Amino acid sequence: MAAGPAYGEEKGGSSSLGEPEYGHDPASGGIFAADYKRHDDLKEMLDSNKDSLKLEAMKRIVAMIARGKNASDLFPAVVKNVACKNIEVKKLVYVYLVRYAEEQQDLALLSISTFQRGLKDPNQLIRASALRVLSSIRVPIIVPIMMLAIKEAASDMSPYVRKTAAHAIPKLYSLDSDQKDQLIEVIEKLLADKTTLVAGSVVMAFEEVCPERIDLIHKNYRKLCNLLIDVEEWGQVVIINMLTRYARTQFLSPNQNESLLEESTEKAFYGSEEDDTKDAKAEAAPLAKRKPYVMDPDHRLLLRNTKPLLQSRNAAVVMAVAQLYFHLAPKAEVGVIAKALVRLLRSHSEVQYVVLQNVATMSIKRRGMFEPYLKSFYIRSTDPTQIKILKLEVLTNLANETNISTILREFQTYIRSMDKDFVAATIQAIGRCATNIGKVRDTCLNGLVQLLSNRDELVVAESVVVIKKLLQMQPAQHSEIIKHMAKLTDNIQVPMARASILWLIGEYCEHVPKIAPDVLRKMAKSFTNEEDIVKLQVINLAAKLYLTNSKQSKLLTQYVLNLAKYDQNYDIRDRARFIRQLIVPTEKSGALNKYAKKLFLAQKPAPILESSFKDRDHFQLGSLSHLLNTKAVGYQELPDWPDEAPDPSVRNVEVPEWTKCTSREKRKEKVEKPFYSDSDGESGPTESADSGTPGQARCLWLSSAAAPSEPHSPHSPSEEEEDEERAKKAKKKVALQGKKGCAETSEEEASGFESSSSGSDSGSEAEATQRKAPPSSRAVPKEISLLDLDDFTPPTPQPISSSSVISTSLVTDLEGLTLIDTSLAPTLLSPGFGAVRTYELLHRMAGEGLSVEYCFSRRPFPGDQHMVAVQIQISNNTDTEVKSLRVSEPKPLSGMRIQEFPEIEYLAPGETASVVMGIDFCDSTQAANFQLCTHTRHFYVSIQPPVGELMAPVFMSENEFRKEQGKLTGMSEITEKLMLSEKYRSDHAIVQQVTSAANVGRVPCGADNEYRFAAKTVTSGSLVLITLEQREGAAAQLTINSEKMVIGTMLVKDIIQALTQ
Amino acid sequence: QDYFGVCSEVMIKDNVVVVYEVLEEMLDNGFPLATESNILKELIKPPTILRTVVNTITGSTNVGDQLPTGQLSVVPWRRTGVKYTNNEAYFDVIEEIDAIIDKSGSTITAEIQGVIDACVKLTGMPDLTLSFMNPRLLDDVSFHPCVRFKRWESERILSFIPPDGNFRLLSYHVSAQNLVAIPVYVKHNISFRDSSSLGRFEITVGPKQTMGKTVEGVMVTSQMPKGVLNMTLTPSQGTHTFDPVTKLLSWDVGKINPQKLPSLKGTVSLQAGTSKPDENPTINLQFKIQQLAISGLKVNRLDMYGEKYKPFKGIKYMTKAGKFQVRT
Repeated sequence: MAAGPAYGEEKGGSSSLGEPEYGHDPASGGIFAADYKRHDDLKEMLDSNKDSLKLEAMKRIVAMIARGKNASDLFPAVVKNVACKNIEVKKLVYVYLVRYAEEQQDLALLSISTFQRGLKDPNQLIRASALRVLSSIRVPIIVPIMMLAIKEAASDMSPYVRKTAAHAIPKLYSLDSDQKDQLIEVIEKLLADKTTLVAGSVVMAFEEVCPERIDLIHKNYRKLCNLLIDVEEWGQVVIINMLTRYARTQFLSPNQNESLLEESTEKAFYGSEEDDTKDAKAEAAPLAKRKPYVMDPDHRLLLRNTKPLLQSRNAAVVMAVAQLYFHLAPKAEVGVIAKALVRLLRSHSEVQYVVLQNVATMSIKRRGMFEPYLKSFYIRSTDPTQIKILKLEVLTNLANETNISTILREFQTYIRSMDKDFVAATIQAIGRCATNIGKVRDTCLNGLVQLLSNRDELVVAESVVVIKKLLQMQPAQHSEIIKHMAKLTDNIQVPMARASILWLIGEYCEHVPKIAPDVLRKMAKSFTNEEDIVKLQVINLAAKLYLTNSKQSKLLTQYVLNLAKYDQNYDIRDRARFIRQLIVPTEKSGALNKYAKKLFLAQKPAPILESSFKDRDHFQLGSLSHLLNTKAVGYQELPDWPDEAPDPSVRNVEVPEWTKCTSREKRKEKVEKPFYSDSDGESGPTESADSGTPGQARCLWLSSAAAPSEPHSPHSPSEEEEDEERAKKAKKKVALQGKKGCAETSEEEASGFESSSSGSDSGSEAEATQRKAPPSSRAVPKEISLLDLDDFTPPTPQPISSSSVISTSLVTDLEGLTLIDTSLAPTLLSPGFGAVRTYELLHRMAGEGLSVEYCFSRRPFPGDQHMVAVQIQISNNTDTEVKSLRVSEPKPLSGMRIQEFPEIEYLAPGETASVVMGIDFCDSTQAANFQLCTHTRHFYVSIQPPVGELMAPVFMSENEFRKEQGKLTGMSEITEKLMLSEKYRSDHAIVQQVTSAANVGRVPCGADNEYRFAAKTVTSGSLVLITLEQREGAAAQLTINSEKMVIGTMLVKDIIQALTQ
Repeated sequence: QDYFGVCSEVMIKDNVVVVYEVLEEMLDNGFPLATESNILKELIKPPTILRTVVNTITGSTNVGDQLPTGQLSVVPWRRTGVKYTNNEAYFDVIEEIDAIIDKSGSTITAEIQGVIDACVKLTGMPDLTLSFMNPRLLDDVSFHPCVRFKRWESERILSFIPPDGNFRLLSYHVSAQNLVAIPVYVKHNISFRDSSSLGRFEITVGPKQTMGKTVEGVMVTSQMPKGVLNMTLTPSQGTHTFDPVTKLLSWDVGKINPQKLPSLKGTVSLQAGTSKPDENPTINLQFKIQQLAISGLKVNRLDMYGEKYKPFKGIKYMTKAGKFQVRT
């Protein structure tokens, strides 16, 4: 909008439509007689029946109007020609009519019938122009005719005429505002129009006539959003601005979640318990309760449809979209406008000025947005001063710890500029940088002190003022500077600077006890010649000195006060009197005298240097009011976000194809479901836990953990091993172990009977043991197990399952899991469930009876977060015992690290041991090579991780996901289409396949047919985001966003394989 | 500007009537109506000498008597029924370098702004696609409304039904993050002495990274400080002027011959009595390089659909200096 009205004004101004002052040119009086004559021949020409003569006459008349001469006495002659066939004559007559009709209303009525005839013309162009002129004639009598004409035109066949009708509405409204109700009806009708041509104009009419009737927009909202891109440019501007306001009233703030998290520092401003309670809630249920903010799809629609307009060639459109994004978009998405705005900086200086103003405001709130474009704001010596100062403002706003040095270097060049106003502004900018960024304060101060020796007085004066402000923050260390400045009083003539120096000396006279009285002496000498502001400061200095050092300065003070007493300025006289009473003890002096010192030498707070754009953002960006920083006529406040979203269904239109409404509700339900319920879905795929209460299901599931695994499952050996170990100690401890969880006992029991346990077996066995256990009913151990597990796992149920899958020695489990709680970032979940696949490390034949298998346990390695935990099962199939089994001579590739497992001293024949070792794969799928040693042999082995194991799941909200995804586009995005295999079309199956292919966590998602997963690579912690979009039938699209492109591509392959096989 | 070539006071005064007519079409009650110059030209034909002659003889007008058909068609920027005997489409890729060069010759900031101006004279309703060899270069683009944005988003191809005649197809921006080759360098030695009222002045311009093309139309301008009275300079090539009132020095160098670098040497006389100016002037540079797009952007191919004839296609590259400043 910014540039829009500006253009409009320029052009509107020169077009002189209905501007009466043009007619009264004093000069025209002088050549009145001559004018008369010419008017006569003009009349003759107009009366002739030759078109070319008429045209010539009309051209001259219009030229007269343009020169500001009164041509109104020709009115009757001109009006006659309104019915002329020649179009150019007609047009010029129209120009004339619009100009003079208001003055000569009666005569103008003569022409009305022509227009009425014109309204029926088969040519749409003539219909339109007739309506245009008719509505431009400001004659109150014809209001009903106009009303009728508009109504008729609003249902015209031609969209061009309808557009003109929309334009006529505000004209009629300004002529007679009583017609409002009828006009609103017409607007409502036109709003329903589907052509792009009309949309812009009617919204403009809406804004002019009834901006408060937001309810009219509801039904047309979606249509407007969708048409937006095809509407002509100026219409786009109007519509975007209107939609900004609309969205502000109809949607929830997309930043409310962030504001809770980020703006806790600003809480003081809101200062309400509301926030606190919200926070408390949020903390109470960090993951489960915080309902992720789901953007209304209509809100999203608006943002999506306006985004391409950022590429418009029209600066006004870009600016309008920019303000829309700034006011409406979630923080993460606002960044997209920066680029477009920077591009606008290349255009004309007027546009530059407006854009820079807005950038300055934005850069205060969202500094990060423009930081990458810092260099675009560097100043050229050819820029106009206005632009320079605005750029400086932006640069200052953007300054932070990292870029301050470059900015200051730039400032150094600016200081040497020839443009003195700009230099002064630069010095102030340095001052602001210095206050904002403590680190560079001393550097800045030194630089400014150097400027004090500059030859240009203005520069010196400005630096003095800024130094004064800076020194006020930390006066103690800088008495040297104060001394230096005291010397400057001899040279500097700029009053503001002199006053500043005097104030400084007075304020910190204790730091410079010797110099202060001397300065006062000098000033007393020249007192009468000083400017008022300096005089006041001299008095001030005298008073302060009198209080601190009365011995030396008593007489001087008296002298100064006497001089001031007879000063011409009453302010100075008053001040002198007031100070004399206050500080000089007399017999009458009251109680105040005692406090004089306190009054004068109180600690004064340092001034805060801040941007003049700080509070501008309460104006809608891009508006004239924002530009002027005052409220302009007709400015409409941007409404605040509503607390509760108004009913979104009002926007639903009874159009058959619009069925989204229902799916939306569904989606909402889904989101609102507590997090727990999802787990049903995710653990469901095991097919074993499909019944009973969650607790029961879980327990059952635990006990049948090995169910899906093949006979060669890793669990059986481990169980055997465990069993052995425990058997050594005491067989009767079964009851005791029951406490550790039903899973544990069940496994042990199961292994006791047979080494290759099948799931159903172990399940039933579990129950059997429980029955054996003395008084324990079925319920008791279950509860215990639940409690136990809950103790060391995060609230989500997934980790429980995984921990039990490979539970070996409970002790390490506990270690590992408790470590999760403490050492991991809260967002890093312990691994999600997935079928665990085992790999062979050493075959029985190659290992001479020793077979080793490994699997990826998907738990963080206890000792080191950057390592992938590898669970190793070693079974001794020989008939001799194996001693001192250990890892030796790891030969990791560069950067890889291996954390060996503790040496296994002894493995009896037929026994199995399970250990965990950690390997840091450096986010690559390179194999880790090492030697496995026994007391007799060495085996060279290598572990190669599938790419899906190099990561750990991360929990994030949909919003965060989108935000992160937005950052990882371009090269880091890989998209692949695939056909889902028959088996994997259901939600469960897809989730299961993906999570088993890669160690990722699911991200809640609003859309029905989309699945999102997120993970972080273990070593570098870079995000891996997976989006799977299911299309109709088996088609689907897989998108992976990751910085690590190699990982991304491999992962795509793996997941596709998992889903298509 | 499309109407009169230059927009000056005299021009507007001479053509009041046309301006009135144009403005009338453009605005309705202060709201913009039609600003597309192609459409305006159709409504009100621009004044040309030929037309005035014809008008006086035949008595016809320069107001189109037909409806602007484009307004109502799906393609508002193109009129229907365009006919040419020579079907041709020319594209000019013009890039401007904006740069600030440091005292020591290092680049402080440099970016490239480019535009593709097109002159399309094709019969009927052609549908063109233009593809680039390296579209990734373009950091930020803005299009003429005729370009299909979706196509660009997904395939990085410009697909459009062109307006008739001259128009700006797109303007783009190659950001400062990419390394920008600076095609020229300036060696300068400007010094004022405190004691005497004379200063030394010496500038040499030379080519750098020009990819073998010649640098043409070189023009050096510099705003001298106020204290400068006059300058006595001798250029090795080209002509120079110094305006003692505005203190503007300009030196029209012309073509740079890499064998013999152009230089401008001489003395600066300062106002007597005043101290030496504490700032050095910045040097603004203008130049042109034909047949080179400094960003390396290359048009791959241009295809036409929708019409049967074979158009003549042409593409031209040019690099210019935009706001090119050398700080001294």
